[in-house]
Formats: sequence, structure tokens, C-alpha cells
Amino acid sequence: MREIRYEKLDETLWRSELDNGLSIYVLPKKGFNKKYAFFAADYGGCDMRFRVDGKWVETPAGIAHYLEHKMFDMPYGSAMNRLTENGASPNAFTSHGITGYLFSCTDGFETNLRTLLEYVSTPYFTEESVEKERGIIGQEIRMGEDNPSRAVMTGLLRALYRTHPVREQIAGTLDSIARIDAGTLYTCHEKFYNPANMVLCCSGDVEPQTVEDIAAEMITAPRGERYVRDYGETDGLLPDRIKEIREMPVGIPLFAAGSKMEYVPGREWTRRLITAQLGCDLLMGASSPLYAEMYAAGLINGSFYSGIMDFPEGAAAVAGGMCAQPGEVMARICTAAEALEPGQNERSRFDRLKKAMMGGLLAGLDSPEELCHSHAERHFDGVLPLEQMDVVEGIGAEEAVSLVKELFAAERMAMSEIVPPGGEA
Amino acid sequence: MSGIERKTVLPGVNLSCVYTDKFKNGLFSAYLMRSLNADDASKNAMLADVLRRGCTSLPDMETIEARLDELYGASVSAVMRQIGETTAVGFSSFFADDRYIGRSEKILESVLSVTGQLLLDPVTRGGMLNSEYVSSEKDNLCDRIRAAVNDKRRYAVTRLRELMCADESYGVNPLGSLEKADKINHVGLTRHYRHVLEHSPLELFYCGGAEPERVEAAVLDAFAAVPRGDTERCDTEVRIDCGQTRTVKEKMDVAQGNLAIGFRLGEIMYNPDYAALSVFSAVFGGSPVSKLFLNVRERMSLCYSVGSSVDRHKGVMIVSAGISPSKYDAATEEIFNQLDKCRRGEITEEELEAARKYVASSLREGADEASVLDSYWLARRMDGTDCTPEELAALAECVSAEKVTEIAESVKTDMIYFLSGEESAE
Repeated sequence: MREIRYEKLDETLWRSELDNGLSIYVLPKKGFNKKYAFFAADYGGCDMRFRVDGKWVETPAGIAHYLEHKMFDMPYGSAMNRLTENGASPNAFTSHGITGYLFSCTDGFETNLRTLLEYVSTPYFTEESVEKERGIIGQEIRMGEDNPSRAVMTGLLRALYRTHPVREQIAGTLDSIARIDAGTLYTCHEKFYNPANMVLCCSGDVEPQTVEDIAAEMITAPRGERYVRDYGETDGLLPDRIKEIREMPVGIPLFAAGSKMEYVPGREWTRRLITAQLGCDLLMGASSPLYAEMYAAGLINGSFYSGIMDFPEGAAAVAGGMCAQPGEVMARICTAAEALEPGQNERSRFDRLKKAMMGGLLAGLDSPEELCHSHAERHFDGVLPLEQMDVVEGIGAEEAVSLVKELFAAERMAMSEIVPPGGEA
Repeated sequence: MSGIERKTVLPGVNLSCVYTDKFKNGLFSAYLMRSLNADDASKNAMLADVLRRGCTSLPDMETIEARLDELYGASVSAVMRQIGETTAVGFSSFFADDRYIGRSEKILESVLSVTGQLLLDPVTRGGMLNSEYVSSEKDNLCDRIRAAVNDKRRYAVTRLRELMCADESYGVNPLGSLEKADKINHVGLTRHYRHVLEHSPLELFYCGGAEPERVEAAVLDAFAAVPRGDTERCDTEVRIDCGQTRTVKEKMDVAQGNLAIGFRLGEIMYNPDYAALSVFSAVFGGSPVSKLFLNVRERMSLCYSVGSSVDRHKGVMIVSAGISPSKYDAATEEIFNQLDKCRRGEITEEELEAARKYVASSLREGADEASVLDSYWLARRMDGTDCTPEELAALAECVSAEKVTEIAESVKTDMIYFLSGEESAE
């Protein structure tokens, strides 16, 4: 394994790539009891349409998430149970971009790591077991439907995008999952769970060489292909629709307002995401005059947030929270964005915000989970977390101001609202 | 590591320090300890939010946040925690360790100073808390009370507590009620604040890489002005018995049904064995190796989510499940069936061992997170023990099946609460 030392942060990253293309990152944390492993595929809720041998293959919404649920089935029974019986806390999740399988433990790490690598590499589905899962996932989908915070974000993404698959719920719908069977799951596992499309990250009280040895022993599949996916047409930066309203039994209305951010591949993507976040902080973060003014006027409360939500080949700049007058809040944000200039005051605020962001990156170093998740995500697209300090250092107030002015220009905004039935709180 | 150094640094002011070099950030918290009761709940719930709006030297949010940005994005959050029938109200701060910033800044001292000022030296006019701040935080509190309904699962548990413990402090919503909140004004809240500051035990906690001596010096500096009178005790009433099991069903426009069942832990609360309680909870419903998870969810697919949690201070256990309304009978029956199995001692060696391991490793892994240690040690203050996570983990590894069965036998069902959609059949 190759050792990369980050002297200022007192961190060491070990990385390697096996001959079959599997990438491995290990970040030992001395003094920790926890041993954490995260095995992820570059395959998430947005990966519904992909090209195989020149032909586009369509799969139903929710397929990556359904696959995640079924991966725990093994010929010997449940991998989940095997891990918990051996003292591990296993879990898995599907985001827009990746599917991650993980466990933490204090003892039995090597056995648990073998179990993890084995079950994620072993598709074992029967029509009967796939059928049984449909009810459980159906309940999960319905539970998500009752969640107003999720609904308000989905509403915004649907208003912004006409074709990007981020419009769909990661878990799919009752209709879309009805079209999933064992055959679909086998196909998707074969296409996306190959070593070249996967990454293993470990952190905590772990030995780098042990991790690499076990991975080499367990992951013997040949290097597979990286299939091209379809993330919709590039339908410009204007929203598809400007407003999306839904009624739900909420005590206080919720809103999310935002715009689309233009995608650029590679390292520049991370830089742009960070620049946009700093721009949002400058415009309407907790230390901005706009935030103070809106809070004092009772327009927003502690639930107000602003920032960047990213997904495969795209991101949205978002402001939202619980609020009775979202139209007024959005108008004030757009007006303030238009008026924002990188004057002396803004520059000194910007320097403070950069300090704050570096503190935020430092905070992430105390969490093996966060270290592993962020390394996995950025491995597939962007700048590795420990190198982001330098990225932050190099960003200037001018570029952040000009980006956030674009992102919160009135014509680019869409608004999603969740209101109580009848429209009154 | 994870040993604790405790010290009474001022009358009624206790400092607990976990000194460790494994973190690159520090955590400091300051809690005023209050008894949960219907008259004060709303006042306590908004107090830290009002104080967080401004102190004499940093009079508004903008200046506070600018100062915190300057301190490398340190956070100082208004926090409220519940431990049995005690409410802890105050601030929790999280900040970069000076050593990794590479400059000679004293972040610890600065953050403690901000925290101390927010708690002790609020913005006042004519000796009263700023009426604008009070009125806007009152509105926010009312919004939070109304918004409680947004999270259906938690709402069902809150309703169960209110109904099951209607004549106990435990039944009081920690946010209070809209009715009480609405009556709060800056004069009344100022009076309450002065009383609370003078008469509440003040619990301070630090976890990070600064030596306890340095932390103590910073604390003495930041909290020197705290007024101290007689401190008022915070106790939690434990009810051993309950009457016949009650059932309450309520309707709301929801897609999923939410079931919450409340239990009293019974006689074992005369002399609670915390390690055994944790293992019992992990065997029955409080873990992914539990009977509820493996049977009600995995084997029988009766629900998407199911879990139990034990409040060791109050002696109450709550099972909560998200179910399809048509599965109400089957799910409740199976939940009780699994509890009966625990009572009959039908616990396999594998189940027991998995539960012990789960409890032990959760405790050890918790010691890797400063925020977990914060709540862990605050709870130990309340039950008066200094048992470290590692010691408790070692005890959990030795809990016997008999001990788990004994707890299950002692458990009594108090109330079944079910929240479901309008269209579902009774």
C-alpha cells in the first residue's frame, strides 16, 4: 500500500488499487476502539439507464435500493445476522450516487471484513425472497411519503429538472418496484458490482496491510467495465417549472427554493461545490446580515438552511426550512444576491468563512464513518477530503460572489412548498 | 482512556473532564439541571434559545456567528436533554483543537468564554431579557410544538408518554404546551432565568486534548460570575406498578400506522442492574439482534421498522413500530409473544451472546465520539455512578440469561397507542 502523510493534520492515508481495479483506502485512527469498513459501488438511485454493448438498458426507479436490501441474502442465510452474531453493527444505504455496505465493530474485524466482502460480491436471489422484500420496501416507501422534509426536497428537484433521474425517489415507487424481479437484480449486480466500479474504505483501529491482504484474498473477480449512464439531457440552467406545492398534514409549512448548478467533471467539481457553499454562507449563512435580518423579522427560524446538494453529474443550490412566508424569503435572498459585491467587508467575512470551513473539515477527521463515506464518494468524482483544505485555501471571494449571484438569480429559481390541507397552518 | 476526572469547581458547579489525545476537536457543554414539570417546561425549552441570541459583548446573532467563524467554525448550540424526569438546559460547543490549526490561537479559552457569556451575561434592557428576542423565540417554540406532528413515529411516542403518564412529570412534553408557551413574556422569563441560574446544579463537561488543569482554569475564568444559591434537587419518580393495560387509538391523515407500546419495568427498579437492563433491551427489541427485529420485521415482515428503548432512570420501556394498519392485531400479538418468550427464558445462547456483544461494542464505540461521551457522563451524574463505558461493557459481557429473564418477568404492559389513517378499519 502507498502511504500518504498529511503532516499538518497528523493523518496518514494508505491507498492501493488491486490488479482487478478495486480501489482501497485505509485511514488508521490511533486511540479509537472502533474499526469501521465501508464497501461501496458507484451505483445509486440515479443510475437507472445505462449503455451495454451500444444499447441503452432501462431499469425501474428504486432498483439500486432494492438490490441493496437483497444483498444480505446468502446461501447460508442472512449476512446481516452473521455480522451481528460476530459483534458487528452492519448497515447499508443507497444514495443518489452510490450504494454502500458497512459495519463497525470492536472485535473480530478480520472475520467481519471477509463476511462483508463476500456477501456484497455474492448475488443470491430467488423469486420468493425478492417477492417477500417487496412488502418491506413498500412500507419504507410509504414511510418516506409521510416525511415532509423529504417531500419538499423531491418537489424542488422535480421542479428544477425535467429529465435528470434525481427526480425519482431513491427507493422508487410502489409501481416501479413492482417491475423488479430476481432477473433484474442479477443483471444490475453483474454490471455494477465489479471491482473496477467499487471502492473499499476502512478507518479506526485498523491495519492497512491486513485490509489489503483480505481484499486481495476475497475479491478475485476480473476487472469489469465502467458502463456509461444516462443522467438526462442537459436541459439548461433554467428550472422546468417555477413552483411545486403539495398538501400534507404538517404543523408548519416547509419550503425549499433553489437552482441548478452546472456540472464540470473531475477535481474542478469539488472546487466548484466548495466555492458555491462558501458563496451561500456569505450570502445567507448564520453570520450574514441577511440571515440576521430575516431571523429578526420572524421570516426564518433555526430550521433555516442553505447550501449545496450534489448528486451524479449535478447539484442544486438550496435554501429552505420551516416558514410561513417562503415567497418573501426567496425574494429577499434573490435581492441580496443581486446586490452582493466582493467589497472590503465581504472579503473579511469571506476569510472568516474559510476558517470556519477548515474547522468543519477538521471536525470530520474525528469520525471514521465520515472519513470513509467522503473518501468513497470523492474517489469516483472529485478531490479527496484530506486535500480539500488546500482547495479551500485557494478560493477567492470574487469567484464565490459571482457564482452565488448566478445561483440565486431570480430567473433561475424554483420553489417547492409543503402546506397543511386547506393551505393554512 | 475514557476515565473521568470530576471536580466541584464552584458551589454547585461540577466539571467532568475526559482527557484524550485521540480527537482533533474539543467538546464542551454546560447544563443547568431542572425538574421537568408542566409549569416550567416551555420556559426551559426556550431559555437557551433566547440566551443564544446575544450577550453583552456579542449582542446579536451576526456578531456571535462572526466570532465563531473566526474561531475556525466553532459551534455553540442551545441544547436541551431529557434524563428521566430531569431536563438539562444549556449549551454544547464543538471546536477545533488548537494544535491542528497551526497557529498560536487559544480556541478552547475563547469558546468557553463565549459559552460562559451567553449563559451568564445576556443582553438586557432595564434588567430584563430583550423582549424582541423573547417574543421571537416564543414564536419559534410554538412552531416547534406544532411541528412535532411532522415526525409521525416520534409523535406517536410523545402521545403515548402523555397519555400513559398523564399524572406524572414524565408525561409532560419537554417543549410544554402551546397554551403555556403563549403566556410567556420577557418579564416572567427573566424572573425564571434568574431563579434557574442561581438555584440549578450546573454540570460542565469537557472532552478533548487539553489537560484538565487548563480546562479548569478556563472554566473558572469563564464562569466566575455564576450566582449561586441553594441548589434544587432533580429527582425522577419511578412507578413500579400499573393497572390494567389501556389501549388508545387515534386518527390522522397518514399513509402508515404508528404503534407505540409503553411498559413499566416493575420490581427490578428497586435495585436496577444497568448492565443487565441493557442486555435485556438488546435481546428483546433494542438492537438488530433482537427478537423483535428478527421476528416481527425480518421473519414475519409485519412492519418496516420496530424497536424498543429503555429509560433506565424512569423505569419505562417503549416499543415503537411502523406498520401497515391492517397488521395491527398481528403485530401487537407478536410483540407480546416475543416478550413472553423472554419471560419463559426462551433465549438461545446465540441470542444472548449476540446481545451482550452488541451492548459491549456499542459502549466501546460510543467512547470514540465526544457527543456520545457528553450524554453518557451527564446520565452517570444523574445516577451517581462513575462507571466508565469500558467497565459497563465488561459487565454487560457477563450478564446471564437468568438475569434477562428476571427483568422480562418484572416488565408490565401499561398502554398500547396506535396512530393510523382515517380510512383504516378498526
